[in-house]
Amino acid sequence: MTGLGDRFIPVMTILLGIVAAWYIGAYALNAPFQRGLNERAGETPGFVEFVGQTMSQPKPTLPAPHQVAVNFFENTFLRSVTSARSLVYHAWVTLSSTLLGFAFGTVLGIAIAVGIVHVLALDRSLMPWIIASQTIPILALAPMIIVVLAAVGITGLLPKALISTYLSFFPVAVGMVKGLRSPEAINLDLMRTYNASKAETFWKLRLPASVPFLFASMKVAIAASLVGAIVGELPTGAAAGIGAKLLNGSYYSQTIDMFSALVAGSIVAALLVTAVGATGRVVERAMGARPA
Amino acid sequence: MLDKMAATSRPTERATTQVVSARKLSLTFETNDGPVHALSNVDLDIGKGEFVSFIGPSGCGKTTFLRVIADLEQPSSGEISVNGMSPGEARKARAYGYVFQAAGLFPWRTIEKNIALPLEIMDYSAAERAERVRSTLELVNLTGFEKKYPWQLSGGMQQRASIARALAFDADLLLMDEPFGALDEIVRDHLNDELLKLWARTNKTICFVTHSIPEAVYLSTRIVVMSPRPGRVTDVIESTLPAERPLDIRESPEFLEIAHRVREGLRAGHSYED
Amino acid sequence: MSNVLRDWQSSAALVLALLSIVLPLTDAGSVGLKAVLVLLVITAAVAAIAVRAGLLLVVILFVGAHLAAWLLLQSLGGKTGMAGPSYYFLLAAAWLLAWRLVTVLSALKIDNRAGDLAIRLGIPLLFGIWVLILWEAIVRGAGVPFVLLPPPSAIAARIAGSVSTLAADVNQTIVKAVLIGYALGCTAGFAAAILADRFGFLRRGLLPIGNMVSALPIIGVAPIMVMWFGFDWPSKAAVVVIMTFFPMLVNTVTGLAASGHMERDLMRTYAAGYWQTLASLRLPAAMPFIFNALKINSTLALIGAIVAEFFGTPVVGMGFRISTEVGRMNIDMVWAEIAVAALAGSVFYGVIALLERVVTFWHPSIRGG
Repeated sequence: MTGLGDRFIPVMTILLGIVAAWYIGAYALNAPFQRGLNERAGETPGFVEFVGQTMSQPKPTLPAPHQVAVNFFENTFLRSVTSARSLVYHAWVTLSSTLLGFAFGTVLGIAIAVGIVHVLALDRSLMPWIIASQTIPILALAPMIIVVLAAVGITGLLPKALISTYLSFFPVAVGMVKGLRSPEAINLDLMRTYNASKAETFWKLRLPASVPFLFASMKVAIAASLVGAIVGELPTGAAAGIGAKLLNGSYYSQTIDMFSALVAGSIVAALLVTAVGATGRVVERAMGARPA
Repeated sequence: MLDKMAATSRPTERATTQVVSARKLSLTFETNDGPVHALSNVDLDIGKGEFVSFIGPSGCGKTTFLRVIADLEQPSSGEISVNGMSPGEARKARAYGYVFQAAGLFPWRTIEKNIALPLEIMDYSAAERAERVRSTLELVNLTGFEKKYPWQLSGGMQQRASIARALAFDADLLLMDEPFGALDEIVRDHLNDELLKLWARTNKTICFVTHSIPEAVYLSTRIVVMSPRPGRVTDVIESTLPAERPLDIRESPEFLEIAHRVREGLRAGHSYED
Repeated sequence: MSNVLRDWQSSAALVLALLSIVLPLTDAGSVGLKAVLVLLVITAAVAAIAVRAGLLLVVILFVGAHLAAWLLLQSLGGKTGMAGPSYYFLLAAAWLLAWRLVTVLSALKIDNRAGDLAIRLGIPLLFGIWVLILWEAIVRGAGVPFVLLPPPSAIAARIAGSVSTLAADVNQTIVKAVLIGYALGCTAGFAAAILADRFGFLRRGLLPIGNMVSALPIIGVAPIMVMWFGFDWPSKAAVVVIMTFFPMLVNTVTGLAASGHMERDLMRTYAAGYWQTLASLRLPAAMPFIFNALKINSTLALIGAIVAEFFGTPVVGMGFRISTEVGRMNIDMVWAEIAVAALAGSVFYGVIALLERVVTFWHPSIRGG
C-alpha cells in the first residue's frame, strides 16, 4: 500500500501540474485571437467570461484539456465504429498495419539474428551495417516507399506495414543477437561436453536464454512499428488512420481533432507496449523466471 | 620482554584517551521477514593507538558496528561517541578513514587522482595534495603507479591504493571492513605484514573487521569476538603477542594459544545448528 | 573432393559459369566479352578451390569477383533490360566468389593491430559494395523502371549534379533544426534529470511519465508545432526538442542511480556535499547512460526534423525535398537526399560515439575488459 502511494501520489501531482500548466497555456495562447475577435465585435467581456471564451474556440491555438476530452469521448464512444469520424475506426486502420508490420519485423529480426550468431561471415559483414542503419533516419524513406509501391499498383495495408517492418526489425535483430549470445561461457562449455549439435545448443540453451531480450526489444519494436504506421499514412494523404487524421487536422487547423488523434495514438501505443510486456511476463514466468 | 610489556601496557593508556566509546548500543533493521537485531547492547571502548579486530560469523553485526562508528548506520538505541563527538559530527570533522571490502576505486581516475579525491573534497591546496599523494603512495609501496588506472592493477595493489586513499587526509582513526577478504592468501599475508608496519609508523587507531582467525590474532592488540541473532559481543581477548611481529610468529605457541581462545569464544557464542 | 565441398561457394560459381556457356549473355552482347567473363570466373573458381588458404586465395577471389562484376556491367553498355540468363548466372557466380572471399577474410587471424582493423573495416565495406553492385547490376540488367528504383550510379550522378541544392537542404534541416533542437532538448532533459534527482518527489512522479512517453508516437506533435511556430526551422527544432527531452531525462536519472552503494558510502565518509558527490562520483558513473541517450537522440532528432517538414516548410529542407520530389516522380533526387541524410546521420552518430570513447574510456565495454 505504501509502495502504491509512493508512486501514485507523485505521478498524480505531476499530471495535475501538467493539466494546470496546459490550462494556463491555453488561456495565454488563445487570448490574443479572442481579444481581436472581441474588439472587432465591439464587445468587452469580463475576465471570467473572457477566460471562458478562450477555452471554447472552435479552432483554438491550444485547445483546453476538456475540449480535447469531449472531442475524444464523442469520437470514440458516441459514433458507430464504421463511421469515418470515429477514432476507433482510425485507430483500427493504424493498428492493423502496425500489427502486420510488427509481425513481419519480428520474424525478420529473429531470422537475421540467428544468421548473425551462427555464420561468422554474416556477423562480421552484416552487424556493422545493422548498427549503422540505426543511425539513418529511415522514416525519410516512408513517402518514397508508399508512392513507389502505389506506382506499381500496391496500395492499402501492405506499404504501411512495410514501413513498420523496416522500423521494427532493427531492435529485434539487435536484441536477439545479444540474447542468443547471452549464455555464459560455462553453459556453452557444458553443451560442448555433451557433444551437443549447433541445433541442440540453439533450442536448449540459446533460445531460452534469449527470451527476456526478445520481449524487451519487442516492446521497443512495437512502439516503433506504430510510429512507422502513422508516418506511413502521411505522404499519400490517406483517408483513414491516425496519421491521416493528424494531416487532415493540420490542413484545416482543426487543433482539437489533432489533439484527440494524438491521444488516441498514445492510448494505442500504451496498450500495445503493455500487451507485449504482459505477454513477456507470462512467458518468462512459465519458463521459470523469478517474478520481478 | 620489553616489547611484551609495551604491548600489554596499551589497554591502560586507553582509559585516558577514548577514541570510540559505545554504551548499550543496539540497532534493529526492519525487514519484510520481521525485525533483525544486528546489534544488541554492545558496550565497548577503544583507546588511542589500539588495533582492535572484530571477528565472528556473518550476521554477527561486526560490519554494522563499524558502519555505526562511521555514521553510515544510525543506532536504534544506546550511546556512541567517536573522538568525544557524535558519529555524525566526527564524520563531518573527517575524523576517520574507511576502507571497504572492495577497493572501490573510481575507474575514471588514475591512482594518484583516486588518492587525491578525499583531498579535493576537503579543499586541500594543489601543492599539499601532490605531497600527500606522494607520501601515502610511498607508505603503501605503490610509488611508480601514479598514472595507472585502477583496472590496470592487480586486486592486491588496488586494495593497497584504497588504503592509501583512507590514509591520505591523516585521520587518526582507520576503519577497515574485511579489506583483504577478497584476496588470495599469499597476497593477504603480505598485506597483513605491511599493515602492521604502517600501524607502527603512523600510530593510528585501527578497527579491523575480519572473518579470519589467524589474521585477527596476527594483527590485533585486542580481539572482539561477536556472535549473531542478536548481534552481540561475547568475548574480548587481549593479545599477549609482542608489538614486533614477524610472519612466522604465527607458528609460536603463544599465537596458537590466543587463536585457540578466539575459536573457543566463537564456539561458545554460536551454535552451528542454526 | 573435400575441398570442393568445403568451398561450396566457389564450386557453385564454377557450375554456374559452365552453365552460362550455352546461354545468351545479353540480347545483343558480344561473344568475345562473354568468353572472357566465363573464362575469368572458371579460372578464379578453380584456383580458389585449389589454393586452400592464405593471401593468394584472397587476391584470387578479390580480383575474380570484382573484375567479373565490372565486366558484367560493361557488357550492358548503355542499354537496360537486355540481360539474358547467363548474365544472372555469372552475376551470381561473381557474388558467390565474393561471399567466399568474406568467409575467408572472416576466418583470417591477423596478429598486428593495423591488419586486424583493416579486416574489421574491410569486411563490412565489401558487404556494402556488393549490395551496390547487385543493386546496379540487377536494376540495369532487368530494366527496372527508373521511378521504381534508380541504379546507384544514377543516384551518385544526381548527388554530384545537385550539390548546391543538397547543401541548402542540409543547412536548413540539419544545421538549423536538428543541431539547435538537439542541443536544447538534451540540455533541458539533463537539467530536468538533475532537478528530479535533487527532489525525490519529482523523480518518483516524472520517471514513470517519462518512461511512458518514450513509447508514445511523439512524432505526432509535428503538425501542431508547425502550426504554432510557423513553416521555418523553429517549428522543426521544437519537434526535435520534444523528441529528445524524455530519452535524456530517463537515461540521466537511471545513470545517476548507477553508482554503487560502496562508492556513495565512501563519499559520505568524506562528508562530501551533494554537489561534490555529483561532480566527482555520480556524473562520471552516469556518463555511459548519458551517452546512450545522446546516441538515441541523434537518430530521433534527424527523424523528427525530416518528418516535421512533411507538414509544411519554406521551399528548402530535406523533408520538403523528399516529399515534393516524390510527388514529381524524381526518385533519384529522393534517393540522393536519403543518401545524404544517411551520411549525415552516420557522421553525427560517429562523432558522439567517438566522444563517448574519449569520455568513458574506463568503462569495461570500451576498454574491452
